[in-house]
Amino acid sequence: MDGLAKSSTRHAVNPFKASLLNRALWVVVIAYIFYSASSLGLSLERILLGFSESERLLTRMFPPDFSRVGLLMDGVAESLQIAIISSFFGIVISLFIGLLAARNMMPIMITAPVRAFIALCRSFHPVIIAIIFVKAVGFGALAGILTLIFASIGFIAKLFAEAIEEISFNSVEAIKATGASFFSVIIYAVMPQVFTRFIGFASYQLDSNLRNSTMVGIVGAGGLGGTLFSAFQRFDYDFVSAILITIIAIILVGEMLSNLVRRIF
Amino acid sequence: MTTSSIDLEWKRFTLQERISRFAVYLVIVVSLVWSWQSVEVIEEFLYDAPEQLLDMFQRMTPLDYAFYPSSIHDALIETLHIATLGTLITLIFAVPLALLNAPNITPSKTLNWIAQFFLVATRSINSLVWALLFIALFGPGVIAGIMAIAIRSIGFVGKLLSEALAEVNMGTIEALKATGAPWGSILVKGYWPQVMPAFYSIVLFRWDINVRESAVLGLVGAGGIGVVLNDAQNLFQWQKVAMVLVSIFAVVIVAEIVAIQIRKRLI
Repeated sequence: MDGLAKSSTRHAVNPFKASLLNRALWVVVIAYIFYSASSLGLSLERILLGFSESERLLTRMFPPDFSRVGLLMDGVAESLQIAIISSFFGIVISLFIGLLAARNMMPIMITAPVRAFIALCRSFHPVIIAIIFVKAVGFGALAGILTLIFASIGFIAKLFAEAIEEISFNSVEAIKATGASFFSVIIYAVMPQVFTRFIGFASYQLDSNLRNSTMVGIVGAGGLGGTLFSAFQRFDYDFVSAILITIIAIILVGEMLSNLVRRIF
Repeated sequence: MTTSSIDLEWKRFTLQERISRFAVYLVIVVSLVWSWQSVEVIEEFLYDAPEQLLDMFQRMTPLDYAFYPSSIHDALIETLHIATLGTLITLIFAVPLALLNAPNITPSKTLNWIAQFFLVATRSINSLVWALLFIALFGPGVIAGIMAIAIRSIGFVGKLLSEALAEVNMGTIEALKATGAPWGSILVKGYWPQVMPAFYSIVLFRWDINVRESAVLGLVGAGGIGVVLNDAQNLFQWQKVAMVLVSIFAVVIVAEIVAIQIRKRLI
């Protein structure tokens, strides 16, 4: 305080002091870049060489080859099926699991193991879950569906639980005072408060399952990803770009639909 | 208007609302029925699944601990490097795009829209697909992985950062403008202090996600722990696969804890 008062009499303190923490961070970041680049053996020539190849890749990717429409549409249909079925089961299962994980509705004896299960579903990337399911149920759409059901649980069961934890307890107590059973309390006191948010989460999950269903095929779990991966392996880059354009189109349409659903509810 | 024409029954939604809700339910049911009937699922495989999973777990145990020092450790470090360098490189692209996308910084609608397009496009393509593309450019290896992580993260970081920029308090900005401060000073002294906490938390959040993502990039050949996983899996060495999975799980948990702790200290 003393120093501040003294200096403000003559000339004001610089209001834009440089943050020492920020400067230290910059130094650390630059040091890290040099350290990691040398330990990974990265070199500028290699990177520049790669970029110079991009022209060749782009000329091979354009124009996109839409001649194999049948193959493309089979992949699209399978991806859509995987996304729809896995979203349905994922959301229905997550409703129950989310309820079991809500700390204000359930005793800790139940919430703790359910929360651990949700964390387990979350911490593995869908592709790793897909590898395990491909081993369990073989190649094909079934592995993709099971994978995305687990991925959905990891994501929206947590959001459902948080939404339920935030509800106002007044209506719960009112319904309980009428002597309603546990299920009536859920249906008449809890659900009306969280329904709109659930719709939002559910449409987001459909969206993200749609994205992921085009990816799990890379490890053999069905859908457009398998088609894409084999096109890459055959160096059919014009077909690759056709598939990529299709994926982006599907995702844009999916986003539009989920916005529409959110506006209706 | 006669009394008989007034609705005696209270309804929560208007007719239009009810019709549109009904349409949504109808579309959901129809698409579910269509998918259920046309999806190619061999049911016998589903009934067989518990047996197969049990078989897999039996093959996985006991874990091959000796595999960790021999090959997993270095690959894990490589994975962390891919995630971190990828996140840093993202910033080179994401920060300018975020500035272009924030309507209070760039008043031009066209530029906002162009930035928006890049943010959406990079986000729509999965990191594994980006990895495949970059492998075609750089060949299999770490560079493809870093670039895949970097490009894939642009959309996420750019979108959240531009939202943070759009929400700043314009009072300080206008005060700075009134002093005649140049464009750069307004950015550094006006916007930056306000978005700094959001910026660090976005970057940490994305780094956390990138650690997970970079662990699987190796499955298509883009370096890191995924390569080890893919090799072990192709050779049916399930004990090694299990060891890799446990290591990935541990690293993901540690990364999440680190990110949470740093966020708590910084913000």
